[in-house]
Amino acid sequence: MPATPRFLPAGESALVVEFGAAIDPALNDKVRAFDHALAAAAIPGIVETLPTYRSLMIHFDPRQVATDALIAELRKLQIGPGAAGVPKHWSIPVCYEPPHAEDLAEVAAALGLTAERVAALHAGAEYRVYMFGFAPGYVFLGGLPAELNISRRPKPRPPVPQGALLIAGGQALIANRPMPTGWYNLGATPALLFDPKRSPPVALDIGDRIRFTPVDGAAFARLRREAAEGAPVIEQKA
Amino acid sequence: MEAPHLSVLSAGPGATVQDGGRFGFRRYGVTPAGPMDWAAFRTANLALGNAPDAAALEIGPGGIELVNASPGPIGVAFCGGGFSWFRDGQLAGAAARLVLTPGAHLAARPGVAGIFTYLAVVGGLRTPVELGSRATYTRGGLYGGMLQGGDFLPLAEDAGTPGDEAMIVAPWLRPDLDAPLRVVVGPQDDYFDAAALDLFFSAPFKVTAGDRMAYRLDGPAIAHSRGYNIVSDGVALGAIQIAGDKKPLVLMADHPPTGGYPKLGHIARADIGRLAQLRPGRTCHFAQVSAETARVALLALEDAVVTTQSFCRPLRRVVALAGLPPSDRSPWSAVGNHRLR
Repeated sequence: MPATPRFLPAGESALVVEFGAAIDPALNDKVRAFDHALAAAAIPGIVETLPTYRSLMIHFDPRQVATDALIAELRKLQIGPGAAGVPKHWSIPVCYEPPHAEDLAEVAAALGLTAERVAALHAGAEYRVYMFGFAPGYVFLGGLPAELNISRRPKPRPPVPQGALLIAGGQALIANRPMPTGWYNLGATPALLFDPKRSPPVALDIGDRIRFTPVDGAAFARLRREAAEGAPVIEQKA
Repeated sequence: MEAPHLSVLSAGPGATVQDGGRFGFRRYGVTPAGPMDWAAFRTANLALGNAPDAAALEIGPGGIELVNASPGPIGVAFCGGGFSWFRDGQLAGAAARLVLTPGAHLAARPGVAGIFTYLAVVGGLRTPVELGSRATYTRGGLYGGMLQGGDFLPLAEDAGTPGDEAMIVAPWLRPDLDAPLRVVVGPQDDYFDAAALDLFFSAPFKVTAGDRMAYRLDGPAIAHSRGYNIVSDGVALGAIQIAGDKKPLVLMADHPPTGGYPKLGHIARADIGRLAQLRPGRTCHFAQVSAETARVALLALEDAVVTTQSFCRPLRRVVALAGLPPSDRSPWSAVGNHRLR
C-alpha cells in the first residue's frame, strides 16, 4: 500500500485520489479520513466528493480550480488520526422467507449448504458499509462470510424487488430499487434506505457497521407499511 | 387552469425535463443527470434571458408535440441537434425564439443530424424539485420519467414576456462533427500499453448504440495489459470504459456514479455534446490533450455560449429549408453518412 495516495485526473473536472486497489477496511478508512479532512479544508471549487472502497473521487469546477492547482492543495492536507469520526452500528430487519428470498434455494444448492444455513451465515455476520453506488441508495457491503462466496451469474436475472439482499463475488449489497442484476437474492429488508425527502437521503454512512436481524413474513409486511409512512425501521445500536 | 403551462400532445421516447444537474448526492448513488448537450441546452435558456441551467426540455429522436393551453402567450426558444421545429404546421427552423399565442401548436421532428434538441421557456419549467434539482434521472426511477402525451408542464408566472421573435445563429450549434473528440487519459491508462493507446488515438470508431447512460463504440480491439477487473471506483461524465469485449463505452449524463471497468480516459467537457449528437453509424476519432488544454477549451466554449443573445437575429419571415424533409425514422435505427452542413 503506498504511503501517499496517487492523484489521477479523470478529465478536466474530476480527480481520483487512489489509496490502493483492494477491498480492505484499512484502505477504506484512509478514504474516509481524507474525505473528512477535505470537507474541513473547504477548498474553493470542489463540487462534491465520492468515497469508494479504495479511492476518493473529487468533482470540481474547472473555472474555479485547475487540476494541478488542486493537487498542490491536496498535498498540503493534514490528515490526523480519527479524522473520519466514529462509525455507527445499525440493526437492519431482514426476511429470508418466500417471496423475499427468490434465489436462496439456488445459492444453497450451488454452495452445498441448506437454505437455513445460508440464511444463518448471512444474518450472523457483521458488515461494513464501503460505498454507495450504481443507483440511488445501493449499499455495498464487506464482511460476507467466506462460505457464501459465489460468483456472479453469467447472465443477469430479472429485476429484484426493492430492499433485496444480494450477494456475489464475495460481496453483499442492499438494492434499494428494482433492477436487473447478476447477483443472487437471499432476502429483503422492509427498510426504505433511500428517501429523497430526508437529509441526508441515506441514514447509513460509509464506514458504518451493519447486522441483519431476521424477521418473519408478517413482521416484514408490518415494517414495510411503517417504513412507507416514514418510520426509519432500522435501529442504531450503541 | 389559470397558471401558465404547456400541454404535451405526444412525445416519442427520450423527452425529459432537465436542468444543470443534481449535485452533492453522488456519494449516495445519485448521478447528476442534466443535459446531454450542455451548450445547446444553455443556448436555449440564454436566448430567453433565463439562467443558463434553468429547467427545460430535452427532446430525443422521438420528437414532441406541444400546445400552449394557457390563456396568455408563452415565450419559448429551441435549438440543438439540427431538428426541424414547426409552429402550427409551418416550418420554424432549427434554432429560434418564438412567442406561442394561446392555442398555438409546436412540434419537433428529427432533421438530418443530431440526437437531442432543447426547448426552453421564459422563466424555466416549474416541475417538482427533488434533491435540489428538477433533472430527470430515468434509469434511477427518480424525479419523473420520460414525457408522454397528456403530461402538463407548469411554467413561471412571467412565461409570456420573451422579447422579439428571433433566429438563433450561434456557430457552436453547428459543430464540425468530424473534428476529433479531445480526450484526457486516465485514471486507468496504465491498464493499457503504448500500442493499445496508439491504436485508440489513431483508429476511427463507429457509434453503434446509445442512450442517456452510455454510448457504445465499435472499432479495433483495445486490449488490456492487466485484465479488466478493477475494484469499483468513482466515475465522471465522459469516462471511456474499455470493458471485457475491448470496445469503448463512453459514459454519458445518466451514468452510475461508480463503475468497475478500467477507464482509458475522459472525453473533454467541451466535446461531450458533440459526441452526444452523433447518430449511430457515424464515425468519430480521438485526440489526446492535457487536462489543462481540456479546461481551457471548456472555459472558452462556456464563455462563447454566454454571448448567445448577440447571435439572435430578428425573425422577419420563416425561411423554408429546401431539401430537408421531416423524418419519422428513429436515428437509433438509421445507419447513414449524413453531414450536418
